[in-house]
Amino acid sequence: MASLPMNLVACPDCDLLQRIPALPPRGTACCPRCGRKIATSGSLERTTALAIAAAIVFLFANVEPLMGLSVAGRESSTTIAGGAWQMWVGGEKISALLIALFAVVAPALEIGFLLAILLSVRRSPAPRWVGTLLRWVEIANSWSMVEVMMLGILVSLVKIAALAKVVPGVGIFAVAGLIVLLAAMSSSFDPREAWSRVRWVKGEGPQRALPSFGSDAAEAGR
Amino acid sequence: MTAVARTGMREGFVSCEACGLLSRPAGAEEPGECPRCGAELEFRRRDAIQRTWALIIAAAICYLPANILPVMRTTTLTSEEPDTIISGVVYLYASGSWYLALILLIASVMIPLAKLAALAYLLVTVQRGSVRNNRERARLYRVLEIIGRWSMVDIFVATFVVALIQLKPLMSVAPEPGVLFFSAVVILTIIAAESFDPRLIWDSSHGKQETND
Repeated sequence: MASLPMNLVACPDCDLLQRIPALPPRGTACCPRCGRKIATSGSLERTTALAIAAAIVFLFANVEPLMGLSVAGRESSTTIAGGAWQMWVGGEKISALLIALFAVVAPALEIGFLLAILLSVRRSPAPRWVGTLLRWVEIANSWSMVEVMMLGILVSLVKIAALAKVVPGVGIFAVAGLIVLLAAMSSSFDPREAWSRVRWVKGEGPQRALPSFGSDAAEAGR
Repeated sequence: MTAVARTGMREGFVSCEACGLLSRPAGAEEPGECPRCGAELEFRRRDAIQRTWALIIAAAICYLPANILPVMRTTTLTSEEPDTIISGVVYLYASGSWYLALILLIASVMIPLAKLAALAYLLVTVQRGSVRNNRERARLYRVLEIIGRWSMVDIFVATFVVALIQLKPLMSVAPEPGVLFFSAVVILTIIAAESFDPRLIWDSSHGKQETND
């Protein structure tokens, strides 16, 4: 079976066949029919740097208290996990698990799996489990809601400020930094590049990920 | 561009949903597995229309208790007071934070409703084989995918208010079953949007003149 050229794709949103042109650094290609973003040119090195930074900031965001409160000489403070825990104690166990999933587990998996991928695709062909991780990164990314949580933290801060004196903690700033790093990390990551280095299930590839010009010569592959 | 667009399915190719590789399917009925990642190949997401309908109906059913039931209960020395999503919005508005009240109103009340309505609109137009406003419908679908998660914001507000206000016996806040229904609405609508297949929007265009804006 002849392999198709690697730069020939079908748009995931409308199935239009198209060739991905050579992209300038940080360039993106969109589907001419439906406008869906088809490809971005990323950099595996930059993504690695951002993922390491995100992992460090993630630790601070989870260990440090988000905010503290003092009323009539009594004090209390909370972390992200503390929020989920209080939900659990309050009897809303499913919601507690969901919060832990969206705010802690999903972003942790996204960063961790991405780091594992980035380290293992440095040499092509990368083992097949990298493909499994690539799928999981996508799933983790769609359920990671750090930015939504940040808005929730800010609103609860305002609500509580009406009742007592609240002090923002280090955690809140770490969460803000984490949002920026996560966004930069996923926008500089090019999954097509990573996929092109993964060993195929059916032993045909990877073909050398050619600089994806409209060089139809690539079609001669096999 | 020609009147009939060259799509993967028309030309006999199938695109892997997991890794994006374009390949020749093993057969027209059973496309087989992706040669690169081994995922099961499908020309279109299986039973996309039925699944999406089922999920938005389930979400619509949860929407009512999500807004009627309290999401938290505040207990002080002298009183006990339940809070619904709406009363939280009203409270913020009354205490002068009208901009936050507006954000919560949009995120918690309007986005879930708009999502349900928009998905139903996409499903109906696809089932009717509509060929109009394809680009707008495709854009609508992409917006749905992005905004859905923001409805969770109220759950996070409840979480951190509950976590911080634990000053028994002075004042304490406990979660209530409303949060469960509310998270159910958000998750069901997110999964509903994912089970819909936006390629169906364009499939009816084959053989007919595409109406461009």
